[in-house]
Amino acid sequence: MMNHQQTSFLLGRLGLDSLPLHEPILVATFAMVALGGIVVLGAITYFRLWGYLWREWFTTVDHKRIGIMYMILGIIMLLRGFADAVMMRLQQAIAFGGSDGYLPAHHYDQVFTAHGVIMIFFVAMPVVTGLMNYVVPLQIGARDVSFPFLNNFSFWMTTAGAVLVMMSLFIGEFARTGWLAYPPLSNIAYSPDVGVDYYIWSLQIAGVGTLLSGVNLICTIIKMRAPGMKMMQMPVFTWTALCTNVLIVAAFPVLTAVMVLLSLDRYVGMNFFTNDFGGNPMMYVNLIWIWGHPEVYILILPMFGVFSEVTSTFCGKRLFGYTSMVYATIVITILSYLVWLHHFFTMGSGASVNSFFGITTMIISIPTGAKMFNWLFTMYKGRIRFDLPMMWTVAFMLTFVIGGMSGVMLAVPPADFSLHNSLFLIAHFHNVIIGGVLFGLFAAINFWYPKAFGYKLDPFWGKISFWSWVIGFYVAFMPLYVLGLMGVTRRMRVFDDPSLQIWFVIAAIGAGLIAVGIGAFLVQLVVSYMKREQLRDTTGDPWDARTLEWATSSPPPDYNFAFTPVVHDLDAWWDMKQHGYKRPLTGYKPIHMPKNTGAGIILAGLSLITGFALIWYIWWLAALGFIGLLTVAIGHTFNYKRDFHIPAEEVEKTENERTRILAAQG
Amino acid sequence: MTATASAAQDTATRIYHHETEHAHPEGSSTLLGFWIYLMSDCLIFAVLFATYGVLGGNYAAGPAPKDLFELPLVALNTSMLLLSSITYGFAVIAMQNRNRRSTQTWLLITALFGLAFISIELFEFSELIHEGATPQRSAFLSSFFTLVGTHGLHVSFGIVWIFTLVTQIAKHGLVEANRRRLMCLSMFWHFLDVVWIGVFTFVYLMGMLR
Repeated sequence: MMNHQQTSFLLGRLGLDSLPLHEPILVATFAMVALGGIVVLGAITYFRLWGYLWREWFTTVDHKRIGIMYMILGIIMLLRGFADAVMMRLQQAIAFGGSDGYLPAHHYDQVFTAHGVIMIFFVAMPVVTGLMNYVVPLQIGARDVSFPFLNNFSFWMTTAGAVLVMMSLFIGEFARTGWLAYPPLSNIAYSPDVGVDYYIWSLQIAGVGTLLSGVNLICTIIKMRAPGMKMMQMPVFTWTALCTNVLIVAAFPVLTAVMVLLSLDRYVGMNFFTNDFGGNPMMYVNLIWIWGHPEVYILILPMFGVFSEVTSTFCGKRLFGYTSMVYATIVITILSYLVWLHHFFTMGSGASVNSFFGITTMIISIPTGAKMFNWLFTMYKGRIRFDLPMMWTVAFMLTFVIGGMSGVMLAVPPADFSLHNSLFLIAHFHNVIIGGVLFGLFAAINFWYPKAFGYKLDPFWGKISFWSWVIGFYVAFMPLYVLGLMGVTRRMRVFDDPSLQIWFVIAAIGAGLIAVGIGAFLVQLVVSYMKREQLRDTTGDPWDARTLEWATSSPPPDYNFAFTPVVHDLDAWWDMKQHGYKRPLTGYKPIHMPKNTGAGIILAGLSLITGFALIWYIWWLAALGFIGLLTVAIGHTFNYKRDFHIPAEEVEKTENERTRILAAQG
Repeated sequence: MTATASAAQDTATRIYHHETEHAHPEGSSTLLGFWIYLMSDCLIFAVLFATYGVLGGNYAAGPAPKDLFELPLVALNTSMLLLSSITYGFAVIAMQNRNRRSTQTWLLITALFGLAFISIELFEFSELIHEGATPQRSAFLSSFFTLVGTHGLHVSFGIVWIFTLVTQIAKHGLVEANRRRLMCLSMFWHFLDVVWIGVFTFVYLMGMLR
């Protein structure tokens, strides 16, 4: 167990034995990743794209491009997280009747930990942040976010965290503790290897990015709204984004602090969460869920916003109960801080504490239910167009209600005592995260893709993806409800009772269907690109939509709007269309814009090096990396020339081109 | 005039864009953004305070606050930090009077008080460690060192920032960007003062009562 503890000055505890050369699965994976990587890097070099990528993407401060990069990061990590899921489903489907399956215990434990960590931190968070980044400034009629450089830096910090997690696959190992790394298991006595350190530093680095992007978007929404747009005239997605970012700023510092405490235990030998010297592991569990519960609302609230935009657009109606929707969102924001203890009713805090948290948990279902009815009443007597975003929305409404109801069951402390840590819980949270966040993600991608790239996504492959995902979800997770009610606990590697096997086999088939859904989605992207001329959106408003992002061209110019729009009503673009708004064709002015900078990617790269050095106890490198970070950060503050003007002629050229296209399509 | 009539009139004259560029001046959100960041930092301290609150009585048969804390030293320390807040206030006044030299001087004096604070704190820490009251000794000491040390790290960072800012003022003068930075640092510095008052009260004073 302690074989990694021999350390050298130069490499810390990193050595040849840190490479998992004896594990064929990992070696094969590495070979494939390396091959794929070489092909991609070779292609970039061959087509001479490095300069283009560096200038136009890596150093960009344009919120639209950063948003797209977040989405790409999230989708790539989705493939990794899903690969972990398939491995688990396979293992559990075959490890019966004395069979050990194909995954050794220490590998299996890493797989379920990595699956949770990646799906929450490096799939759901990037796609949510990416969506907000792309859509919010457009919806409020702004040219960019409040702090464009910070936005770029945030993205690269999130990426650095993701890279660190990926490195753990091939250099050393990842945590074997479950996705929240509860001590004492995660403490140095029981996890002396690098796994938990990878966990800590990838979350810390990505956490900086998340927090700063939260601050950034709050400021953007408060300060950068187009003239006339009152708070109660903001699109619902912007409202949910505001609440989500408030949650981020109010929750992520708790995660940062608790990770610091765990590192102090592990690195310095302090006694916060140890079993002796007065440490208290339950302190960790409380603190991490004070972050963790708001986190699930961080993920779902923006998706509620997506469904609201989609429903009102595809029903051709103003959203039913806008005001109640906003207040429901705010109430959820507040309540999400008052429920954390329901994750561990079994801690033994007594009947009154458990009752309090059980009741607050049940109360959350009231504003959520109100939202459901708002969407239903928006659909009622609407002219519903069942395009892909609307299909995903309907699937969400059906699925999420089931997940919500199983959640209320878990909120009853006596019931929770038998369901705690069972597969019923696993089924519940996948029910709400897949049914809510993932379905919302696909609704959003299908909805806003034409805005971002100028052409719609192919509906045929989209529908294949949709049905595979939706059916696959039910096939994969309904068996887990059954198993959970029978008392099967989570994170099991092998099973004795052969009568359970059939349910795991069904679940594995469901995972296979979801794989088809993911594959069809990727095919959808490729096919749509090849058919882009047929699918082209020349209007900028392909869905006859309602909010400001559809007022500009698809894709929008760098400056978003040639003239800052003035808002008079909710659904500003709908209001403009109703009043026969004419695009101005002359009188363009130079536009003030922020300049690109490479400081963000450099700082994130240095953070990555520092984190890696800390994981492997390479102290000199950690010190060097930290000094480098300070130097570059301070050096960057000496740069006072961070903006430029897009000349009026260039704006005119871009806008005339749009005028020509609009005229051509009649 | 009825409400509908005014609404109809309003509709007829609605303007949907500004002819002139509607600029958000650079840095117009900075103070708000920095304030929000500070509140997030405040939550980190909240967690550390809470941890101290829960674990602060777990001495593990080791030393307790009464055995360790020397209030006169802490009083001296506190006065250094409070004085530094006053001198920072003078720096802001000097900035508002557009007096570059005096701004820099007050900033440097603030940094000196900050350095004094850090030195006294480090001295206190080394005394404790010499007595065997190390951060590893008990959960109480772990949470004590972490809470007080995190505050100390913040002050040290603030001192680095002061020196950076003094250099930048020397280079560019009291330009808008520098004035904004000075105000951000001002919030940061006073915020640390407020946190310290919490530390002083809850850790030291109430620790002596336990």
